[in-house]
This record gives sequence, structure tokens and C-alpha cells, in this order.
Amino acid sequence: MNILVVTEQHSGACNKTSFEALAAGQQLAAENSGHLAAVVIGKGVAALADELAGAKLDEVLLVEHDLLEAYTPDGFTTALSQAIAQAQPDLVLFPHTYQVRDFAPQLAASLGKGMIGDCVAYRLENGRIVFVRQMFQGRTAADVSFEGPGPWFASLQAGAFRGDKLAQAATKTAVKKVAVNLDAAQIRTKPEAPFQETKQAVDLTQAPILVAVGRGIKAPENIPLAAQLAKLLGGELCASRPICDEGWLPMDRQVGSSGQTVAPKLYLALGISGAIQHVVGMKGSRTIVAINKDAHAPIFEVADYGIVGDIFELIPALTHELEKTKA
Amino acid sequence: MKLLVCIKQVPAKDAPLAIAESGKWIRETDIGFEMNEPDGFALEEALRLKEKHGGEVIALSMGPERAKQTIKEALAKGADRGIHVADDKFFALDPLLVARSLAAAVEREKPDLILTGLQSDDQGSGQTGVLLAQLLALPHATLIMQIEVHESRLRVKRELEAGWFQWIDLPWPAVLTIQSGINKVRYATLKGIMASKKKEIATIARESLGVSSEATQRLERIYVPQKAKKTEFITGTPAEAAAKLVEKLRHEARVL
Repeated sequence: MNILVVTEQHSGACNKTSFEALAAGQQLAAENSGHLAAVVIGKGVAALADELAGAKLDEVLLVEHDLLEAYTPDGFTTALSQAIAQAQPDLVLFPHTYQVRDFAPQLAASLGKGMIGDCVAYRLENGRIVFVRQMFQGRTAADVSFEGPGPWFASLQAGAFRGDKLAQAATKTAVKKVAVNLDAAQIRTKPEAPFQETKQAVDLTQAPILVAVGRGIKAPENIPLAAQLAKLLGGELCASRPICDEGWLPMDRQVGSSGQTVAPKLYLALGISGAIQHVVGMKGSRTIVAINKDAHAPIFEVADYGIVGDIFELIPALTHELEKTKA
Repeated sequence: MKLLVCIKQVPAKDAPLAIAESGKWIRETDIGFEMNEPDGFALEEALRLKEKHGGEVIALSMGPERAKQTIKEALAKGADRGIHVADDKFFALDPLLVARSLAAAVEREKPDLILTGLQSDDQGSGQTGVLLAQLLALPHATLIMQIEVHESRLRVKRELEAGWFQWIDLPWPAVLTIQSGINKVRYATLKGIMASKKKEIATIARESLGVSSEATQRLERIYVPQKAKKTEFITGTPAEAAAKLVEKLRHEARVL
């Protein structure tokens, strides 16, 4: 199997999920004696290609063009479809990032192909690859396979593979420059420079203990209950996206793919169902406690301790217990 | 401005899910359905754009007969008319087939702007908007948090990861996928519900759209995922459970 991993870089550095996608590519190539190539795309990214050439890969493809300096879906789709035409992969893997979500389906469809997105695992069955992805916000898993001839496209969920397991090679592999033709007229969107809305007031990543609230908290009047518990534990209060969308807590207290990624020693999830977008931001926590009235809530998949029950009974009970045993 | 919103009907958030006999979908009997929440934000944004710039809002949904209920909800909130692409086996379509079918229906309308949510709460592929743009040869932008409409162009604020944003300028017609939380969605008023009864819902059978039904991927089975971690469930009255949990956190996990 000829495998191509499209890496993502910002300011010349690969993001963590790209290393995870490369590690998945290595594993897959090892299992079916495949050929593995990594694509580095952008402008002025030769140093990054050289860096990746130290990993155990068969080839690094460097796709550079002035019009690829800033990411645009049209620029990346056009350039990568040309790189794919040259490399002739069977399988193209991506890290499942916001940027990949923005162009990878377009790229696949431009070649008349489909993409299996946000995969958490794969299996090889008689040389056939089956991807596992989550559905219903993580409440069910699904096995999905490709139909028809390749190239096949798939993106991998952050944290699904171990980037730190990326094998290095004794000698550097070759970096091959792939020439692409791009015309400014092909790029219909004009991006401005990225910016941060507000300076983050709370750095959740530094908190040893986090008390997180989700939809189960029901109303803004109930937030102080959880805040009091967080204070008693010497931790910070945080939330899943819907709570910040509602304005019940400021955006800088959001944990998840669009908020902060945290790994405290204790993460107490109150009334959080455990949608993937939240879980990717907290599953690295040392100890996870989940309290939810739904015994089937996906948050229990990642919890060390679980209580199936009403948070409005359990928050006061925990507060009382902590006050009592502290005294 | 002619605004078209693609809305999906999905199982209600709190619906108890059971795997169907076929192992390929959930059992749909005895569960409630609702408008896919991210699409609700897209609908709200379309209604606000219409209020500001004039025009009409068309709510398009594909699915079995029950999907009409979600279109009716959109009409009650202020959409002007609905289009129902009927298909009882809608759940079995892959993302590209879904988008091809929707694109065929959208093409007949030639809207100025197509909006949809960033992803669905059931299959969650998050591809529909981007695929629609590709199939309709329109530019797109995803995860949009703000929309400014200018003469022939749009300026939209796109959410990047980890608290970063970016403004993007693009010509319209275009496709935008809307990020959750872009606005506060309205509730249907009684007046809106009454008015919606007179609004039209056109039904198109999906097969009549002349879209190839060649799949690029196959959903083999769905199942309850295996647990990554062994969860220790703590039982008892709230007071008992709280006491046991604090004890375990102090002496077993040693995090307090």
C-alpha cells in the first residue's frame, strides 16, 4: 500500500497531530509492507521537510509555492491534487484539524473520491483497511471501509495515535521537491492574518484540579454551586463549549478542541456528556471523575471514577463532605 | 439576498440509543428527533441576514417523512419556504452522496448564500458544507463566527484552533459552515407557528434528482464502543457516594 501523510505546519513547525498521523502511517506501512511518504506543504518550509526526513519514512515530498504561504482551501486543494497525481498513493492520511476539515473533503471530491473523517483507529482485514470513527457524539462507534478504487482519504482524530512513538531512521531519507502549478486566479478566498480575540485571563493548563460543567448544569444560576466546589478543591472552574456559547462562563474557560487542552491531576466532569470535541481536550488528565445522570454518557468511557446520579444532589454532598473532612 | 440553509434532523440529545437489528444504524422507533443544533445556528444566522439585507430564507432538509417536522420548525422561526428531499434510507448514504443529492436540489434554486452547521450531531462527518461548495463550484469558508455582507463580497470571521480567529474575504455566491455559538437562536413564536402553516414545503424524491448512487465508502456496522478505561462506578445515596469518592481521591488516586 502506497501511503501519503499530509502534514500541517504553522510558521514552519509541525503540529502535534501531524506527528500522530505520521506515526499511524508508519504503523500501517509496517503492517502491510507499504511505502510511506510525508508531504510538507507551504512556503519556506524546506527546513521542516529536512527535519521530517529524519523519521522512518520512504520519502518526504516538499510542495512549495508562493501562493501556499497562507493557507487557502483552493490553494491547498489545487497543489495537493497535483502532488497526488504524481505520487499515486492508495491512501492519503491527514490529522483531523480545523484546517483539514476545511479542505480535505474538497480535495477528495475534486478527484471524485470520498473521505472518512475523524477516525480513531483502523483494522486490517485481509489487506482491506477498515476505519473506526465515532458517531452520535461518541455514543456509538462505526466501522467504515472504502468502496471503489483509491486514492482513499482519511483523517485521524487528535490523540488517537501516539506521536511520541514516531520512529526515527538511522539515515535521513530523501526530500523530493514536487513542482506545482498555481495561479492566483484559482484562489477565491483571501485570508487575513490570524489573531487572538482576547488575552486569555485564565490559564487552565496550569491548574492542578479542574471542575468542569456541561449542559447538565442547566442554568447560569447553578454555576456558583460548581464554582464553590472548585474553590474548595483548590482548583479552577471550566466548561464544555455549550456553556461558553451561552455566555454562562467566559470563552477562556472552555476545554476542548476549540478551547484549551488540559491535563490536570484531577478533572471532575459535572453534567458533561462527553462529546468528542470536549474529550479531546481533557482525556490526558491523570484522574477523571464523571458525574452524570445518563449511565451511557460517553464521558464514562474516559472516567476513572463514575457516579450515575443527579449533580444537584451530588455537588452539595461533595461540598459538604470536603468541608467536613477538611475541618 | 437568497439564502438557503441545509438542516438535518437528528435524534434528540437525550434520546436513549439502541443499535438496530441490522447493526448498521440505530433503532429509530420510540425516540424523538430534533433539528441538528449546529444547523439551528446556521438558520438563525440566515434569518438575521435576511432581516438586515432583505430577501428570502429557504430551509432544505433531506431525510424520511419525519424530516418535514424540522422544516416546519424552521418555517415557524421565520424561514419563507421549505424543500424536503425525501429518502427513507437517507442514513445509509455516505457524505459524498448526501452532498451530491443536496447539491442537485440547491442547484435548482441558485441561492446567493448557502449556510449549514459545521457538523451533524449524529454522523458527525462535518463534510457537507465543504462538499456542497466543491460540487457547486462555489468558494467556501468553514467554522464561521461572524458574517459581513458587502457589495459583491463577504467578509467572514473563521474560528481557528485554540482561541485563534481569522477574517476571510470571499465572493458570493458561496457556502459557509457556521460554528456553534455564533448567535443566540430564537424560539418560534405562536404567531410564527400560525404563519408557518401557510408556507410551502416542496417535496422532491431523492431518486428523481438524477444523482449517481455510487458510494465511495460503506458503513459496515455501528456498535457501542469498547471502553478505553475501566471506570469504577461508585454507588449509594448522594452522601454515601460523595464520601466514598472523596476517600478514593485522597487515598487511592491520591490527587487531593
